[in-house]
Amino acid sequence: MTSTENKYDTDTRTVTLRVNGREVTREVPTRLTLADFLRDDLDLVSVHLGCEHGVCGCCTVLLDGGSVRSCLMLAVQAVGHEVETVESLSADQNNLHPIQEAFAEEQGLQCGFCTPAMVLRTKEILADGQERSDDEVRDEISGILCRCTGYQNIINAVQNAGRKLRCGASGGCGTAGDEAKGA
Amino acid sequence: MTTVENEKPQYKYIGADRKRVEDPRLLVGRGGYIADLKLPGLLHAAILRSPVPHATIRSIDATEALKLPGVVAVVTGEDCKAHMNPCMNFGPSSIPQFPLAVDKVRYVGEAVAAVIAESRYIAEDAVELLEVEFDDLPAVTNPVAAMEPGAALLHEGHGSNIGYERTFEFGEVAEAFSGADLVVEDTLHWGRSAGMPMETSGAVARPGLNGVLEIFCNSLNFSYFSFLIAGALKLPSNRLTMNPVPAGGSFGSKFTAHKVPTLAGFLALRTGRPVSYVEDRLDHLMNSDHHASDRYYDAKMGFTSEGIITGLDVDVVDDYGAYMQFGVGTHGNAFSQIVGPYGFRNVKYHLRAVLTNKCQQGAYRGFGSEVHNWVLERLIDKAAAELGLAPEEIRRRNFIQNDQFPYKIPGGNVYDSGNYPAVLDKALGMIDLEHWRKEQKRLREEEGRYIGIGLATTQERSVFSATEFWALNDNPDFPLTSSPESATVTIDPTGQFQLLLHCQSMWGNSPETVGTTVLAEEFGIEPETVNVSYADTARALPGTGPGGSRYTVMLAGAVRGASRKLQRKLVDIAAHTLEVAPEDLELVDARVQVTGAPEKSLSLAELASTAYFFALNMPPGMESGLEESFTYDHPYTTLPAADRSDLGVFYPIMGHACHIAVMEVDPDTGRTSFLDYVAVHDAGTMVNPKSLGGHVTGGAAQGLGSTLYEELAYDDEGQFKSSTFLDYLVPTANEVPPFRLGHVETPSPFTEYGIKGGGEGGRMVTPSVVSAAIDDALREYGMRVRELPVKPADIVATVQASIARG
Ligand code: FES
Ligand code: FES
Repeated sequence: MTSTENKYDTDTRTVTLRVNGREVTREVPTRLTLADFLRDDLDLVSVHLGCEHGVCGCCTVLLDGGSVRSCLMLAVQAVGHEVETVESLSADQNNLHPIQEAFAEEQGLQCGFCTPAMVLRTKEILADGQERSDDEVRDEISGILCRCTGYQNIINAVQNAGRKLRCGASGGCGTAGDEAKGA
Repeated sequence: MTTVENEKPQYKYIGADRKRVEDPRLLVGRGGYIADLKLPGLLHAAILRSPVPHATIRSIDATEALKLPGVVAVVTGEDCKAHMNPCMNFGPSSIPQFPLAVDKVRYVGEAVAAVIAESRYIAEDAVELLEVEFDDLPAVTNPVAAMEPGAALLHEGHGSNIGYERTFEFGEVAEAFSGADLVVEDTLHWGRSAGMPMETSGAVARPGLNGVLEIFCNSLNFSYFSFLIAGALKLPSNRLTMNPVPAGGSFGSKFTAHKVPTLAGFLALRTGRPVSYVEDRLDHLMNSDHHASDRYYDAKMGFTSEGIITGLDVDVVDDYGAYMQFGVGTHGNAFSQIVGPYGFRNVKYHLRAVLTNKCQQGAYRGFGSEVHNWVLERLIDKAAAELGLAPEEIRRRNFIQNDQFPYKIPGGNVYDSGNYPAVLDKALGMIDLEHWRKEQKRLREEEGRYIGIGLATTQERSVFSATEFWALNDNPDFPLTSSPESATVTIDPTGQFQLLLHCQSMWGNSPETVGTTVLAEEFGIEPETVNVSYADTARALPGTGPGGSRYTVMLAGAVRGASRKLQRKLVDIAAHTLEVAPEDLELVDARVQVTGAPEKSLSLAELASTAYFFALNMPPGMESGLEESFTYDHPYTTLPAADRSDLGVFYPIMGHACHIAVMEVDPDTGRTSFLDYVAVHDAGTMVNPKSLGGHVTGGAAQGLGSTLYEELAYDDEGQFKSSTFLDYLVPTANEVPPFRLGHVETPSPFTEYGIKGGGEGGRMVTPSVVSAAIDDALREYGMRVRELPVKPADIVATVQASIARG
């Protein structure tokens, strides 16, 4: 789970990758997972570990824009890639990214444990700027487990975020009825 | 879509949809969960867990493990026996439990030894190097077999595998059945699932200054039980400080999760260094603090020819697993709403809590009353079918009527208020039953598709009282009668608010949103401006923590109580300054003003600066400062009768719900899907309809899980079969339908603002609704759900058997 110490792990390698827009270089054990690297070496504790066997999706990060389960990857496999965690949207709670804001507006979270993963997945889903039906969104978030919300408010949050990104912060250009649907 | 009935908006903040104040930090990934906590010199523990269900531990050889660089220590049950007392335990004290198995193991996954190392990676390497010799004992996995003479005995000191047996009888049960026109009977099994939060349980312990051991943990009512953990660790209670760490979900699983903090504390004491133990998912699945109810029922219900219930007779065998941490608390909860929303008076309940070679059981959202509710609704549906009554009609005929509240049920608990017909009517109004019943016929005839309609109601008891712990025990080890909650409110010299909570934080139930909303209501300030913090146990006033759908009610009571004390002081200062009588003043929008004359007023900031800096401007004798605490005790609780003919009042704040589902079932594959789903709840006055709706939806999703997917399975030999999320199926977004929510509000006469708890209702009723819908869809095949989870293979088997019979 956690490893900042690598003095007893002799098989190490130097990794260089971009994380949230900045290049980082560290020497890490070859067996260190990407999740533990992000959490422990880079203090990006938004990467949450729910199962460590690739099912819950709570450890989701974006690798070159596409979601991956960071518990299933080794840090050394990320060499040369671009990694984004939720801090890349906004790490400032007084100045949230529109996707984060949409989750707050729709109460798309309760305990918050799956939330960074859901927010990142939303960013990926919305990257093409296309509108989607609720059922399509439902399908697209189904790789991440949320035990708290029953998902509907997350789906509402993804739709709200889509409106914000397509139409500016107010989300004002949504189709008729969209506004009411968030309730 | 949410429909809210709120005809009398008497509050400005309470009852309004507001964004949660917890969310911004969670959205940037700063939830501050236990695994995020890093301390200098922190060591990490990993646990060797028993691979066998029942065995004596002959030897543990740690020689090779200790040779591994980075390994600091290996700790075993022998060490526990030598240096600890048994863990906290509400069950018979002849069933002791330590955080590491002592002398023998009793289930697959029981902790055997802990390795402490410089990193978790190394600790896990070292676990692989431990050599343990077990002498296998016969295992008993079936609770009925466990009661047979000669069955393998789990606890020699207890002398029997029956942890608890008792028959309760209220009313005239024999007469109720002999005089009945119809008696329906069934054997039912509710299978084992668990709260299964996405974040596991964990704790970090640090030996510190003055011989104080600090434990940080995500267990929920740490302040209620810290003295028991101190007792287990043989520490004076003032030498243990427990620090609350927010929980990433609990649903009962972290209600008192005590083994994890106790173990972390023990490891820290043994090594003299800070130690972190955070369960991984395997740890959590096989050996979290507890699994949930696993019950076998022989149940019958009597009816008149009109469909009026005459009585209930339940024989329940509950597979408690290897230990009994809570005694039989999950049955206490069933007793709190034993007649559901129905007005019958005769109940018999024979309970046997049985020890088997499985993980112990305890709390999961509903805490056992959801199981009882399912049994009630299964029986009433069976009777409705036999009497030719619609599901809604048989329920309507049996409801407790509005003018009967407060209503004392058989067994002694009291329901505070309710309007059950209104909830049913609202649900029926939200779904076009007539349309669906026509569709059911048409789809069957024209397209060969099978759809079913399920309707069920439930009670949603809330605000548990500690007297529940001993209602079912004549001589409980902890005869507690208090379950209070505290809050401290401080207004600083500039008029800004601090709110200190005295219990665990769990973002799911939005404690900060609730607390700040109440402060806003009381003082006319903006909720977002309040800063919220949490007391550790060295500073904590009495608190019980979330659990039993109590926190919103109790926190609102505590914050309002502290607010009232502060308001009196503010008014007295203002009266002195303005030279008017206190009776002529009112607090409006963060100012104290002469009633009806806002031009003659003082702001909170002006009054606060007086309280802090201008003693000579205050009424003579008044203490400086603006800080008040209030401990809100349970609003209504009574003791049980000595002979337990009356169990007392222990869950009087009673919500209610009605759900209706339209489902399609494929008889060839057993696949189920939802065509529509409405859920109407009454949780009294709503603090925040949106967050309450979130609870309902999340709970309902968990109920679907328990009904259709989730199973903590053991094979006949006691081997655990659900050790990953590939085996234990938490519903994904694809399995959970949109729920259309509605609300009815019958305020509680007993609580501040009339709030009732609403945390568990979603999971209380979905199992009954879904079971009924599946039965209804496949009625022509004689489908009857009697065991949960109901798996596709079970559905197909029933259909095939029916076809084979012709
Ligand atoms: S922690 Fe990576 S998928 Fe669960
Ligand atoms: S908000 Fe708790 S797991 Fe999703």
